[in-house]
Amino acid sequence: MRHMLKKSIALVLVMAMAGMTLAGCGESNAPEGESASGEAVFKIGAIGPSTGGAAAYGTAVKNGAQIAVDEINAAGGINGYMIEYKFEDDEHNAEKSVNAYNTLKDWGMQMLDGTTTSAPCLAVAEKTKADNMFQLTPSGSSLECTQYDNVFRVCFSDPAQGTKSAEYIGSKKLATKIGVIYDSSDPYSAGIYETFAAEAPNQGLEIVSAEAFNSDNKTDFSSQIGKAKDAGAELIFLPIYYTEASLILQQANQIGYQPMFFGCDGLDGILGVENFDTSLAEGVMLLTPFAADAQDNLTKNFVNAYKDAYGETPIQFAADSYDAIYAMEAALEAANATPDMSVSELCEAIKGQMTKIKVVGLTGTITWSSDGEPNKEPKGVRIENGQYVSMD
Amino acid sequence: MKKLTKQQKSNLITLAMVVCFYLICEIFIRTGLMSSHLKGLLVPLTYYAIAAVGLNLCVGILGELSLGHAGFMCIGAFSSSIFSVMTRDALPTVPRFILAFIIGVAMTALLGFLIGIPVLRLNGDYLAIVTLAFGEIIKNILNAVYMGVDDKGLHLSLKDAASMGLDASTGKKIINGAMGITGTPSDSNFTIAIIILLVSLIIVQNLVQSRDGRAIMSIRDNRIAAESTGINVTKYKMLAFTISAAIAGAAGVLFSHNISTLTAQGIYFGYNASIMLLVYVVLGGIGNIRGSVIAAMILYVLPELLRGMDKYRMLIYSIVLIVMMLFNWSPKAIEFRQNHLSKFSKRFRKEAAR
Repeated sequence: MRHMLKKSIALVLVMAMAGMTLAGCGESNAPEGESASGEAVFKIGAIGPSTGGAAAYGTAVKNGAQIAVDEINAAGGINGYMIEYKFEDDEHNAEKSVNAYNTLKDWGMQMLDGTTTSAPCLAVAEKTKADNMFQLTPSGSSLECTQYDNVFRVCFSDPAQGTKSAEYIGSKKLATKIGVIYDSSDPYSAGIYETFAAEAPNQGLEIVSAEAFNSDNKTDFSSQIGKAKDAGAELIFLPIYYTEASLILQQANQIGYQPMFFGCDGLDGILGVENFDTSLAEGVMLLTPFAADAQDNLTKNFVNAYKDAYGETPIQFAADSYDAIYAMEAALEAANATPDMSVSELCEAIKGQMTKIKVVGLTGTITWSSDGEPNKEPKGVRIENGQYVSMD
Repeated sequence: MKKLTKQQKSNLITLAMVVCFYLICEIFIRTGLMSSHLKGLLVPLTYYAIAAVGLNLCVGILGELSLGHAGFMCIGAFSSSIFSVMTRDALPTVPRFILAFIIGVAMTALLGFLIGIPVLRLNGDYLAIVTLAFGEIIKNILNAVYMGVDDKGLHLSLKDAASMGLDASTGKKIINGAMGITGTPSDSNFTIAIIILLVSLIIVQNLVQSRDGRAIMSIRDNRIAAESTGINVTKYKMLAFTISAAIAGAAGVLFSHNISTLTAQGIYFGYNASIMLLVYVVLGGIGNIRGSVIAAMILYVLPELLRGMDKYRMLIYSIVLIVMMLFNWSPKAIEFRQNHLSKFSKRFRKEAAR
């Protein structure tokens, strides 16, 4: 009897699994430009990590795009056609990202809002190039992401952030002796540092200490801070993410060292770190294209919609993804595109329009150049009384 | 014709299964029945099967635990990729890939050999510890190295890309620190991967059946007894471990030539990736080469096929791992298999009893 039971349980499990996989296949086999029920729709896919260490970014991209898609559909769609939107997880892994891309292709994707992170983006760009599919990465910031003409991006590239930071510090005459603490194992951080270091001499800045840490060793920064202090740095440049930055602020405070701190968009979110005394962040400056507490209507509406739907404050990745969907809408409308066009035709049509459109988005007013780079102004903000205040 | 032994028959069945798998996949691809998602999975699942075969030689046949096989994949991937990127414009595809493959495998074998010299003389779990550290060291070094080439030759730096002093017009970055290597030509394909899988299967199977293989297994079963019969323990351990590392290196070559970006990050080559390979080997059956191939293929494809279940897929995946482990190893499950499955086939009983 017991064996019978075991057998039947096993059988049920096997059937359930087989059923699910088949169900997965079934919905994925609708042709391009057609929803499961047969209507003509634009199919936009998105890829990013929704599990694993970088899950916060992928989830933000997924949700930000979803809000944009819902808004556009509620307003009547693109050229009268609805958008269908699907997100696939890539675990911040280039290999899995290509798998996710292929899955979306089977689903009938016509344009890609992705991928969220840089290394997977490079791998997927090879594939979209081969298929001539239009790709707009919201946050793939590594320079090579947009090396092909079918790939555009919404965020600043890493080099652009480094150069712009140096220009900003130099032109505002914030300091001349600069210390840098960066994460050498992270392409984002190392990429910004490299161009910052290249641009600094042109701006009359002197880098007195450049200390690296890596992902295996990012809790104790006392030696990096100590070296910056000994070298007499007036300003510490932090091209890193906010978790480590919050530790650096705490540890600098403990030894009574109070230089200026300047960061890039990775610092966005520092006020939300748990158990972090936000008074330490007072006076920290950062360059970011998006601040969730900005007072314009567009940002307010987006932040409210995001909070209602997902119960948290959106980060910059969500804003980038939101803008990406609107950029596609603008280009598709300008090109009078219809869903029955092939992937390659759509790509050519959008590519032709991308350099002409102008998107007023959450991350600024954006235009694109033909090399795929966005032109928008970085906003310098300073943290005062727990709020971002514009420095311009 | 000489009559085949049971072991030879079993080996041929393994090879035949791989060939059948290849033919079926090819038929599906040619007739357009295979989705592009599955098509994209074929090469990765084959190279993970290759790596699992390599690791099984070390864990199952030699009986030494290695936690650094992802590190060996990393060496194979980087050394071959460096060569391919440097000669991308100078050599045609076929000889370039063959040379890259040889370089990748040779480099891995060399490093496996060097690590083996001190460690394999020792008794106990030292190999596991050292290979674990080795994998992490390789990963961290490759994350820190900057390498470029210009008309004056090679430039290396451990600081940043600017300090290499590359000539602006002729210079080309090859390894860009943590950003790794980009632009490796996509030279590997399913056919090549299957051929390499078949070759590594034949090598391992023949090794196991040979005089050397029996010596290796005798060391696993009883080191003192083996030593007392005059077997040079260190030599045979080195032999098995070097071959095992080289096969993992071959998997690494396929890895780097399958996707165009290569970074030495933990998700591909770290500790967890090595454990992943070990999971393939353990769930496929330690010492069972055919099992490794099947387990690697199933376990790689499974989370991909579960994509339809969205965020629950990782949960289901781990449950499947536990169920598979119980099915393979728990005494009750083995008893159950012996009692019930044997009704259907006599062969099952023989295999289960072995």
